[in-house]
Amino acid sequence: MKAIALALGLLLATPALGQSNMPPSYWAYRQLPDAKQEAKAQALMQELRCLVCQGQSIADSDAELAGDMRDLVRRRIAAGEKPEQIRAWLIERYGDWVSYRPSTAPIAWPLWAAPLVLLIFGGAIVAGRLKRKRS
Amino acid sequence: MSRAFRLLPIILLVWVLLAFAWRLIQPPDPTVRSQLVNREVPHFVLQPAVAGVPGLTSADFATGEPRLLNLFGSWCIPCIGEASVLEELQRKGVKIDGIAIRDTESGVSGFLKRHGNPYARIGSDPNSNVQLALGSAGVPETFIVDSSGVIRRQYVGPIGASDVPGIIAELEKLR
Repeated sequence: MKAIALALGLLLATPALGQSNMPPSYWAYRQLPDAKQEAKAQALMQELRCLVCQGQSIADSDAELAGDMRDLVRRRIAAGEKPEQIRAWLIERYGDWVSYRPSTAPIAWPLWAAPLVLLIFGGAIVAGRLKRKRS
Repeated sequence: MSRAFRLLPIILLVWVLLAFAWRLIQPPDPTVRSQLVNREVPHFVLQPAVAGVPGLTSADFATGEPRLLNLFGSWCIPCIGEASVLEELQRKGVKIDGIAIRDTESGVSGFLKRHGNPYARIGSDPNSNVQLALGSAGVPETFIVDSSGVIRRQYVGPIGASDVPGIIAELEKLR
């Protein structure tokens, strides 16, 4: 009897997930009617970080705040705003961290240069070995 | 090729392993902080969340008096714990404005009835728009706004009784 009551209780229990009782925002799970605009919104949403499930994009995340961010992105795109303006608006508030697109600021230049440097480095080693073998 | 040059891969490997060890021992802080600290409160207009308490606009700051801006939700459990601290601050003369995130009128009025109302104004933000405009990522969060409407500090998570003296001292300084 106790076990059944416990099982029933567990069935009825809802997890305390910090979710509000409000339904998702209008554009959270709806595509824009204009396919071109929706494609633009999708591309941007893939590159914006969810503030709750950090590591997921807002396109992937089911967090409420991610839904609200998708709503914000779609509404602004529908209003004619450029994706880069929306990205800049969010970066202004949350820092570069909120965008997955790698920064082209001087601080990231060593990172962009790294593949080239490694390639030259590897090339130099290979060239050195080949020369030694021949002689 | 010198000997030092041959050791380079090992040095690099040790360096990478040390980097891993450092982040494993000291994981990065996942707290999302607003970049708007020391910037003006962004423009917004919010309808009242409940009857009897006025709504909130960004023009309600910059009134010559520092204020607290508290983001909360009746569905947010840590906000219940914070409610008594906000009441204590209000009793000590601190002006507090609230923004109810993703909430309903009945939800907010029930919350105020159960846990008291320390707020001078409460705006309703049903789609988290103003929360995003403020650079906030959750509830509860509290901003200290100075007398000219500039955000001076952000508290992420519930403020506790131990934060009260610090908040009062900071508001005194901004007066």
